[in-house]
Amino acid sequence: MDPAAAAAPDATTSSRVDFETHPDRYRHLKLGFEGPVATIALDIDEDAGIRPGYKLKLNSYDLGVDIELHDALQRIRFEHPQVRAVVLTSAKDRIFCSGANIFMLGRSTHAWKVNFCKFTNETRNGIEDSSRHSGLKFIAACNGTTAGGGYELALACDEIVLVDDRSSAVSLPEVPLLGVLPGTGGLTRLTDKRRVRHDLADLFCTTTEGVRGTRARDWRLVDEVVKPAQFRDYVSRRARSLAAGSDRPEDATGVTLTPLARTVDASGYRYAFVDVRIDGSSRQATITVKAPDKAPPQDEAGIVAAGASWWPLQMARELDDAILDLRTNHLDIGTWLLRTEGDIDSVLAADASLARHRDHWFVRETLGMLRRTLARLDVSSRTLFALVEPGSCFAGTLLELALAADRCYMLALPEGHVEAPALALSALNFGACPRVDGLSRIDARFYRERDAIARLEGAQGRRIHAAEASDLGLVTATPDELDWRDEIRIALEERAAMSPDALTGMEANLRFGVAETMQTRVFGRLSAWQNWIFIRPNAVGEHGALKCFGTGNKAQFDWERV
Amino acid sequence: MSIDYNQTIPNNVDLATDRSLQRALEQWQPGFIDWWRELGPVGSQGHEVYLRTAVSVDPGGWAHFDYVKMPEYRWGIFLNPPAADPKIHFGEHKGQPVWNEVPGEHRANLRRIIVAQGDTEPASVEQQRHLGLTAPSQYDLRNLYQVNVEEGRHLWAMVYLLHRHFGRDGREEADAMLHRHAGDPNNPRILGAFNEKTPDWLSLYMFTYFTDRDGKFQLSALAESGFDPLARTTKFMLTEEAHHMFVGESGVSRTIQRTCEVMKASGVDAADKLRALGVIDLETIQRYLNFHYSVTIDLFGADQSSNAATFYSAGLKGRYGETKLDDDHVLKDATYPILEVANGRIAEKQVSALSSINERLRDDYIRDSVAGVERWNRVIEKSGIPFRLQVPHKAFNRKIGSFAAARVSPDGRIVSEAEWNAGVGNWLPSDEDRAFVASLMGRVVEPGKFANWIAPPAVGINRQPASFEYVRFG
Repeated sequence: MDPAAAAAPDATTSSRVDFETHPDRYRHLKLGFEGPVATIALDIDEDAGIRPGYKLKLNSYDLGVDIELHDALQRIRFEHPQVRAVVLTSAKDRIFCSGANIFMLGRSTHAWKVNFCKFTNETRNGIEDSSRHSGLKFIAACNGTTAGGGYELALACDEIVLVDDRSSAVSLPEVPLLGVLPGTGGLTRLTDKRRVRHDLADLFCTTTEGVRGTRARDWRLVDEVVKPAQFRDYVSRRARSLAAGSDRPEDATGVTLTPLARTVDASGYRYAFVDVRIDGSSRQATITVKAPDKAPPQDEAGIVAAGASWWPLQMARELDDAILDLRTNHLDIGTWLLRTEGDIDSVLAADASLARHRDHWFVRETLGMLRRTLARLDVSSRTLFALVEPGSCFAGTLLELALAADRCYMLALPEGHVEAPALALSALNFGACPRVDGLSRIDARFYRERDAIARLEGAQGRRIHAAEASDLGLVTATPDELDWRDEIRIALEERAAMSPDALTGMEANLRFGVAETMQTRVFGRLSAWQNWIFIRPNAVGEHGALKCFGTGNKAQFDWERV
Repeated sequence: MSIDYNQTIPNNVDLATDRSLQRALEQWQPGFIDWWRELGPVGSQGHEVYLRTAVSVDPGGWAHFDYVKMPEYRWGIFLNPPAADPKIHFGEHKGQPVWNEVPGEHRANLRRIIVAQGDTEPASVEQQRHLGLTAPSQYDLRNLYQVNVEEGRHLWAMVYLLHRHFGRDGREEADAMLHRHAGDPNNPRILGAFNEKTPDWLSLYMFTYFTDRDGKFQLSALAESGFDPLARTTKFMLTEEAHHMFVGESGVSRTIQRTCEVMKASGVDAADKLRALGVIDLETIQRYLNFHYSVTIDLFGADQSSNAATFYSAGLKGRYGETKLDDDHVLKDATYPILEVANGRIAEKQVSALSSINERLRDDYIRDSVAGVERWNRVIEKSGIPFRLQVPHKAFNRKIGSFAAARVSPDGRIVSEAEWNAGVGNWLPSDEDRAFVASLMGRVVEPGKFANWIAPPAVGINRQPASFEYVRFG
């Protein structure tokens, strides 16, 4: 059997990747709580890889481990609001984490590697997102060897503490050992976040054994190095000090993230508020997001009582799951059609309650969930077309879907027609859900030009029909009834005929103009280089470094610099 | 200050004219002496000990005997003479000339190999530092000190390589070897087994028999290295390692002999009654053996190891007796049988020979260990006692590799947790066993006198009698 085939996802068999899990089913993490401090301890079961054919030795991880990490973060955000600081550490002796499993990478398809890296990047960005927006602070307690992706995980935390036992080092050995990059944010966070001098970073990234002790601190690779005997105490002290600066509530009751109710079959996935229909022959998926089915609660008590079934949260969780599932299990479905269904006023009412109570911890976490889900959509390597049709509700939060799309088509019906679709803007369109470049989708769409944005601000709360939407620049085209069918069909067929690689590159470039942040540099510059290296023979050819690693065979390089 | 290097540090590496090496050692040597005074054998600094010192690599030069105070021991630096036209004889560089300088490409792996090997040398000195207080005789005390100073010399050998070939980083690593200490929770030694205690003399003998034999096999594999300075220095170290194993083998043998003598003379064979007579029952010896054997075979690492494969292919670390093996010495398509747990049973499976280099070395080690155990059995046989010592199954009590998660009895059966708990007291030394052995440890220092639990050796050191004054206490 082709070893790559073993790791190739196949949606029709039981090998479908499921991003839902629960602490009761964790194989790799230990979750602990003590007052305002939660501990996530990596204790990776080497025999429990998500795919056969490799062992997760030395606390190395694969997608299955990262799915648990993502779940653990979600549980802490929602189910444990009293937690203000999270300690990320290892339950194994003298090893914190040795990063992504190399044998897994070596036997995976290109798409699997890229998807895996994207998800891990998003999870690490999510750590920083929660630190920035939700008062949840993270400390990496590196109690042993911290290598490659293990160090990249630590880099996503607010503070890094390394044990000083004269052996344990932090390292990024990808370049010298594997012929690839520390591609889960490693290179970017070294410079942008930790401000490690570039020549020292060069030494660090080419030294297999890494850097330990006070030099690691002096080079800014870690914040502190601490002797083993003092390590636990120090970490606990720092965690409590970080917790003290947090504004998470002290006595709130958490909201249980109940399992998503969904039906999955060959034709798609059905959730309560999200429906995905997959059409394999045209390589399209239609994602329909529905408005609240009843008037959303407007007071805090009602919102908390609704819990996981509160529309903004349930809808976001379902959409997030659908995006992950489509991205991982349906590689050839290249176009996602974004639709909405339901009452615009219900969506605006939900938005109003989100805006009014945005300082309440649960509302804030829900906004965070919406923000991260929409950000996931922005960086998905699929063509996104929004279709604004009769019965749709692209309003406020759901308008973000249309704004995230590469194109937005809106059906123009005569003025006053009862079925004429409309858009609506809410306060949440102006900065509540920034993209990874830090801009709201409106700011990004109009390159922060004041006049265009002021007009939109003035249009908040009311229905905007096709002509005005076009005039405001909110939609790409507004075909009328007679043109609609063919125009959409041809646009989709034409799109589906183009090179998927070129489209991915083009879409990513056009979606993210002007503004750069550390995150856009991770997704753009670092990932692009990494993904190029990932297909080069020097990494993945028969004699490439990634293929040869661990076999005892030496990599053979084509020495030409490109 | 000018130092006569050839006098204080006997060497064949032209130390007297190598200024960068002198600079490095000038800084390191005082640190080493401080380390020896602080963490070397307790209370021994003033003793004059009848020690062997290597003063050259000639047949007559490696074993120069005289009384010496250990802090003044002349820890030398010796490399075996180079072979004529030496070639790398395994791996991807097979047939190419050996390296006399570190190839940049292999710097990190060589450094890792040398640091890991070097770290074990001072570790055992630290583990054994209290044993001098309970030596069963002058002869044994002297042997302990000889082992200790030679471990010190082995550290020098590795430090020489780091200083000579690895620049600033090498100097820092050499310093770190003096800063990590066995069993120090803040600065532990790299390998777990070297942070354990060596609490009594039976443990010492088992350690020097089993664990120093691991050293022999590791050094043998490094003696094949394409990095010639490493190959030549480890070859010379092997001559000394043989003495350490002799201390272990003869120590256990004499313990067995004494127990058998008492069993025969008293007609007693029950363990508790033998204990009352002040000797160590054979069952306890078997349990010590089981413990040290299983802990030691873990030191060879995981049965499937990507590092070992890389080290081999790169020509850095070969197999035991590489040149005598009849194959292509590249092993790209070769396989090797390893054991694994499958469906609740231990089964053999063929895997890549490259990735199972560790397992092969472990198997070579096991064959070598068993031979000495047979010699112990001959001592028991001669006394006519129906008891045989044996090494436990390879899968017993493993903490590393594919058996780490399994419970396996000494006879190689997968057992339940309950069966393990019921049997472990018969298989591994209990606290009570250790307390009993510790209770026998008293200090015997008069020349020619031996503790009750151990027989005297047939001959002494350097053809001296057993009653020779091996240590002049100072």
